[in-house]
Amino acid sequence: MFIDPQRCIGCRACVAACRECATHKGYSMIFVDYLERAQTTATMPTVCMHCVEPTCALVCPADAIKVSEEGVVMTALKPRCLDCRNCVNACPFGVPKYHTEMHLQMKCDMCFDRSSEGLKPMCASVCPTGAISFGRYEEIVPLRRTKPVNAHVFGNQRVETKVYLMLPTDADMVEVDGCGVFEGYVMPDQVQMPPLESWIDTQVEESDKSNEF
Amino acid sequence: MSNYDFPVNEGRLCPKGVTAYLQVHHPDRLLHPLIKRNGVFERATWDEALDLVVSKFKELQTKHGKDAIGIYSGSSLTTEKTYLMGKFARAGLGTRYVDYNGRLCMVSAAAGNNKAFGIDRAANPWSDIPHAEVLLIAGANCAETFPVLNKFLWQQRDNGGRWIIVDPRETPTARQGDIHWQLKPDTDVALANALLHVMIKEDLTDEAFITERTNNWEETKATALRYTPQVAAEITGVPSEKIVQAARLYGRAKTGIIMHARGIEHHTNGVNNVLSYINIVLATGKIGKVGSGYGTITGQGNGQGGREHGQKADQLPGQRSILNPEHRKYVCEVWGLPESELPQAGVSVVEMFQKMREGEIRGLLSICNNVMVSLPDINQIRRSLEGLDFYVCIDFFMSESSRYADVVLPGTTWSEDEGVTCNSEGRVVKINKAADPPGEARADWWIVQEIARRMGREKYFGFNNPREIFDEMRVASKGGNADYYGISYEKIEKQNGVFWPCPTEEHPGTPRLFEERFYHPDGRARFHAIEYNPPAEMPDEEYPLILTSGRVVYQYLSGNQTRRIGFLVEQCPEPYVEIHPELAMKLKINDGEHVRVRSRRGFGIFPALVVKTIRPDTIFIPYHWGEQLAVNQLTNPALDPTSKIPEFKACAARIEKIHSRQLPIMGEKRKGVSRSKAR
Repeated sequence: MFIDPQRCIGCRACVAACRECATHKGYSMIFVDYLERAQTTATMPTVCMHCVEPTCALVCPADAIKVSEEGVVMTALKPRCLDCRNCVNACPFGVPKYHTEMHLQMKCDMCFDRSSEGLKPMCASVCPTGAISFGRYEEIVPLRRTKPVNAHVFGNQRVETKVYLMLPTDADMVEVDGCGVFEGYVMPDQVQMPPLESWIDTQVEESDKSNEF
Repeated sequence: MSNYDFPVNEGRLCPKGVTAYLQVHHPDRLLHPLIKRNGVFERATWDEALDLVVSKFKELQTKHGKDAIGIYSGSSLTTEKTYLMGKFARAGLGTRYVDYNGRLCMVSAAAGNNKAFGIDRAANPWSDIPHAEVLLIAGANCAETFPVLNKFLWQQRDNGGRWIIVDPRETPTARQGDIHWQLKPDTDVALANALLHVMIKEDLTDEAFITERTNNWEETKATALRYTPQVAAEITGVPSEKIVQAARLYGRAKTGIIMHARGIEHHTNGVNNVLSYINIVLATGKIGKVGSGYGTITGQGNGQGGREHGQKADQLPGQRSILNPEHRKYVCEVWGLPESELPQAGVSVVEMFQKMREGEIRGLLSICNNVMVSLPDINQIRRSLEGLDFYVCIDFFMSESSRYADVVLPGTTWSEDEGVTCNSEGRVVKINKAADPPGEARADWWIVQEIARRMGREKYFGFNNPREIFDEMRVASKGGNADYYGISYEKIEKQNGVFWPCPTEEHPGTPRLFEERFYHPDGRARFHAIEYNPPAEMPDEEYPLILTSGRVVYQYLSGNQTRRIGFLVEQCPEPYVEIHPELAMKLKINDGEHVRVRSRRGFGIFPALVVKTIRPDTIFIPYHWGEQLAVNQLTNPALDPTSKIPEFKACAARIEKIHSRQLPIMGEKRKGVSRSKAR
């Protein structure tokens, strides 16, 4: 699975489609969020990253979260799930969700009823832009101009995932410091509001400097 | 089962598509005909309802003449139905007044295409897009309004292509553009002329192509030369440097495609905006080749097919003209109708509603539209509907408009009937029937035909199924521009759609137009010298802002289908007004605060969305809602002189802060939205 946030148009077709998968009990397990709507229309889909060493499974006292042969981290097994919500709190990506009425943790299982039969998971099959793509590394990566990254550093924890982020940078990993803030990111309340002179004037002035006509 | 091999979308969908199946068995479906008695809708039988319609139509036509009835149709119908609506008006009722909701959608593009190329269709199949070095997309937020197109755009990007995006807002498409011209609404002509100016000066035009295949270049060149990038920068608010950059990018590229949508077309200068972009295509010769071309992005399911077969005020099947004696003669022969009985051209829908207020049109049959949401200045539209003697509405859900009807007839959704539609690239595709209509709902073509038969016109309406309508339509379109004669249901299935024109049964269809000739009689395309004109209403002291309207990805057209699907309502429950932070600071408006937006025609109250993604002199409101939530209470009904499209995308407005604590009920409890259990 490959996630390319650049391509995401925020249409949430994936969210609608996820609910339709036979194993998802009508719930969607994918999240699409505006990053900072005041600044940009950029949106970001969040699916389970299917870690090589899944934190959710490691912290589960009942060993309810299993990893399939293909490496897919599954929803908690209903008879084992203890309602402790360790996984919900521990996942660095915030993916697993606990459903009180069913006494069950649920998370993306890559639509195993579909993917085991050679179909793409629901989200990747409907995504109109290819922001979510499902396929083999050697099929997808050579077609793209973005770089696949599957290492994430959260403070002291390093997580390797089977889902790749496609990034337009040279970075080998995504680093988030202990406070949950990306390096180089300026908190919105620290952004200086531009001086009140008109937005258009500034734009036109800037460009006229290098104008050849 | 999804068809993952279908070349257009490969099973990809937008959220409306994913949830569309929820409409089919929705509890709000109309299950039987309704007749309004003493202001209340009561259940009726089909015979009662149809006989009432027929007797009223007959009465009105006897008293006030044939033209007393108006027909207002739509482009979300299958092409068979759109053909039938045109025939129903002319041969069934004999009225000249027929028009369709493409008048609010594609007519500017259609008029521009006809003027420049002599045919009205996108020039290239989408499979050409990935081969274009540069895409210029004007006035199209295709990320939200045409999600499945994005696959092709990103393939082009993966091949190293660049995007030039023209939009007053930073939409999800514009966000990824290599160059984003964030222009003032409706200043496209100045921008396109300046682009041409730079290309002429830098010798980036294709002189051989211009000499061999086009007319009227000199005049156009002279006009363009007056629009320097500085002049254009002044008018459009786009930095002149960006204009030069884009001109070089597009001009130097070997291949390029220009596409546009409602953003440039919904204007009193809509046709001019279209023609000015076509000038660029022609001047660089980037057309009729792999990866080089031009496309119009349609606005609804059958936006292309609906404008081909005669439900337009002045059109006959096959994109023929009702004003042309030869075309009239041919179609009358196909229908078996005496030529004297074929009415003359009617008027556009906005003018039709004007005529209703003037009492010239006394009865209305509407299908596949919701005028109380989608027409400009709906306070006037309400007066038109209230003044009608008789109004019959065919729909599968009650709408803001059908509540004004005297008779409501239950029709079918997309899955309950078969037929063809024509997509944005000119590919005719087939819709297959998957379910039976619920309750007593009947296929739309059956309803319309039944009215005609009961009017005593059964001679012209003997269809038993959509295939028979299609077969007659093939013959009626034969020899016209939109020639469907060689298309059959089987061929569509076999080839994954057929591109018209397809004149013979052996013909494979025509995916790419203009490879050898254009469709004017001399085979040449025409340049048009276009001068910049401001929109009909410019901002002034009283109304200092430009209001523009548009769509969101979660709602479809007038929202009657999507505003009752729980998932879609949750994503976007109500309209909002986008305001730039600089403007918001000046007016002391916070994000989420309800503000009153007022124009010369009315006002509405909307929550503010304070975002940097819009120009500070412009505000934006999505249009899918009715009543007090309709942006069309504010919009300007001024029309383009050629295409008669209303100016939805630019009018003068102001924002007023609300000081009272008395706010109307908004959100989920508001009127006009039925949220039901179908989620």
